[in-house]
Amino acid sequence: MSKLILRRAGHTGEEMLLNFGPQHPSTHGVINFIVDTDGEVMKKAIPDVGYLHRSIEKIGEVTGYPGFMPYTDRIDYVAAMFANEGYAIAVEKLLKVEVPARAQYLRAASCELCRIASHLVSVGTMATDIGATTPLVHALRERERINDLIEALCGARLTYNYHRIGGVAFDMPTGWKDQVLAFLDHFESMLTEFDRLITYNEIYLKRLGSVAVIPRELAIDYGLVGPNLRGSGVDWDLRRDAPYGAYKDFKFDVPVGKGLAGTVGDAFDRYHVRILEMKQSSLIVRQALERMPEGEIMAKVQRKPKPEAGEALSRVESARGEMAYYVVSDGTDKAYRVRARTGSYLAMGIIEDISPGMMIADLVALIASLDVVAPEIDR
Amino acid sequence: MAPYQPKSDPKWLVALTLAVALTVPFLFPVLILLSMPLAEPSGGGVTLALRWLGNVLGTDLSGPVAHDVGTAVVLLLIAFLFINFGAIFSGICVWWERRIAGRMQSRIGPNRQGLGGFLVWVADAVKFLLKEDLVPAEADSLLFRIAPYFVLTGFALTFVVLPFGHSVVMADLNVGVFYITSVTALVVVGILISGWSSNSKWALFGGMRSAAQVVSYEIPAGLAVFVPVLMAGSLSMQDIIRAQGAAPWDWFIFRNPAALVAFFVLFTSQLAEANRTPFDLPEAESELVAGYLSEYSGFRFALFFMSEFGNIWVMSALATTLFFGGWQVPGMPAAAISALKGTGAWWGWQLVSMAVFAVKTLLLANVVIWLRWTLPRIRIDQMMTLSWKYLVPIGFVCLIFTLFWQLGVGAAPGLELASGVALSVGALFVVIAFFRRVFKNVTDVRGDAIDLSNW
Repeated sequence: MSKLILRRAGHTGEEMLLNFGPQHPSTHGVINFIVDTDGEVMKKAIPDVGYLHRSIEKIGEVTGYPGFMPYTDRIDYVAAMFANEGYAIAVEKLLKVEVPARAQYLRAASCELCRIASHLVSVGTMATDIGATTPLVHALRERERINDLIEALCGARLTYNYHRIGGVAFDMPTGWKDQVLAFLDHFESMLTEFDRLITYNEIYLKRLGSVAVIPRELAIDYGLVGPNLRGSGVDWDLRRDAPYGAYKDFKFDVPVGKGLAGTVGDAFDRYHVRILEMKQSSLIVRQALERMPEGEIMAKVQRKPKPEAGEALSRVESARGEMAYYVVSDGTDKAYRVRARTGSYLAMGIIEDISPGMMIADLVALIASLDVVAPEIDR
Repeated sequence: MAPYQPKSDPKWLVALTLAVALTVPFLFPVLILLSMPLAEPSGGGVTLALRWLGNVLGTDLSGPVAHDVGTAVVLLLIAFLFINFGAIFSGICVWWERRIAGRMQSRIGPNRQGLGGFLVWVADAVKFLLKEDLVPAEADSLLFRIAPYFVLTGFALTFVVLPFGHSVVMADLNVGVFYITSVTALVVVGILISGWSSNSKWALFGGMRSAAQVVSYEIPAGLAVFVPVLMAGSLSMQDIIRAQGAAPWDWFIFRNPAALVAFFVLFTSQLAEANRTPFDLPEAESELVAGYLSEYSGFRFALFFMSEFGNIWVMSALATTLFFGGWQVPGMPAAAISALKGTGAWWGWQLVSMAVFAVKTLLLANVVIWLRWTLPRIRIDQMMTLSWKYLVPIGFVCLIFTLFWQLGVGAAPGLELASGVALSVGALFVVIAFFRRVFKNVTDVRGDAIDLSNW
């Protein structure tokens, strides 16, 4: 609180007020940063959010429970699987439905593929924001192949709408497993190429190392989640520490920031955690496909479910960190309240606190390293 | 997924397009070569042409006024050809860079207009001409309008002393190198004016960054340029080339260890002066929208753009001249060249020397393009640190080392040859290691080495 009161301290009146967005190539119409600059150095940057607000939580109150599922895609359209899964788990808790094992494994496999796709966008745009245009295109090339795989699985390339209350919509098509494994073989070698191209580039390390440092305590205080939290050295991952679905069956490492390019919690750590997580996701997909049990992919759920009055909270580890759904039922076929807690919104809060003294070029690095997705901020 | 099958064999198409792309810009130096007899300082060519014209028109054109007018027309023609070389080279360079970028980014790039998309630069130029010339209401109208011409002038004036071949040079000034470093400084004036007059915060940021950058990097560039100047004992571009030989161990870059370092100092500084990645801070898209270009549209934007891409030629040609032996051809010492004078082979020799110069310059230009699509951008404080804390001291060390080196060479002339052979063999090994590494990296990801299917 003391920080909020001291907000105007050090303000000399000589600063230039800069509207960094919404019409700006880096914020492309969805975010605005009100930046106080003294030449190249920022006094502070205040994020101005809400450009993409579509009342998604309100929509959850007027559509039925299954009817809201396509809308959850739009909460985070870069990693829609997790938004699907979180909502499905919350409603399943309300309905007290047991999801079949095969559906759990399919959920895990599709989610981890989606995590790779989302992290590819993140690391690619990070490189673009630092001024290297080639890595983004290489990352998107690989993401296209993941999109192809997910399209074969559920027919959609962006807003998947794959998970259902009680299971998943479709089983694996014939030959899908081999296609995925072939892709993962290719992808792992591509990841080392990507590292050679950009991750360990000297300029890149210098641009991101010790820049926009979020100390461990600050990250926890602001409620950062996911790779942003782990980048600050906090070893916390829901998939391991509070497993849901099939995750308790898988073996994987949780990478945390080690200060490879400077300080723990700098922009490079957040970037590098994502690179390492892609490798781990690839391992999880392999395990899920290998041990995929036979059986049903959907539990028995009514067409218009009417859960008993009550409330349910679900938490999933999304590509942008912990994503929570809080669903309240009043006994009718429509939810009384649907609340989504998303990582990007929390990440926006920290920008004002750590921006003072940073350069304008570093603001871009900070936003990119937090991997915020505008629809997830505003919903 | 079935692999993509090209509809026709693209090999001949690639060859044809590249032949055209190489021929078109170099048509201009060839035309200049052909018009050179007209521009002889003695004026004999102009007198002959006027006599011929007078016979055709049936009037007497032998007076001094007619002679002066004729000389002026010839000089204007040659200047026109030089500027057009710059314009057309930069146009084709845009196309070539976009194709290279497409290849590096595993996408196709422009391939619709003409063979291999070759005509896309013509389409772009026409589009720019047809666009509205927008001047923001709050901008300083006059300065906003004239800023591109400062940039264009700074770019075009460099062609006065840039050599194209043994005899193809507009004016072999005895202060050539000094002249080039002076006129390129005019570009920053234009950028600063455009940044200020746009009355946009982004443009102002871009202009200030550019001013800081270009002014800082002129110092290491100037210091690096003085190394070959000391070695040649002349500021004239042609004299510097004549002081070198055709073989790699006769090039200045290898004849003196300090010159090797100085080349990298100069190359880095030139990248910064031309606002190329990793020094594209003044127009950093992800930070400053488009920097000083933010408010420009239409033809004025095209002028900035043309100078920027034309600068690739200028910087590569300057490096070729100063460090890589310019137009020197193996087996053609100065005595053999002067023996050709007056024979038909003299014209052939001119073309060969132009080709050698162009090949060396284009190789360097490709390195510039390659760097742009590989490297991230540095930050402004890192940019200043690099210049003042590293390049300037290194430049001074090179300069002082060269002073002593020249004294040493005076005492023991074998020193230059020893250094030249040792360093060029070392460079050969570096090149071989580089290609081996590339080959290994490509096979590691099971990539295709040469794939022409997207042409």
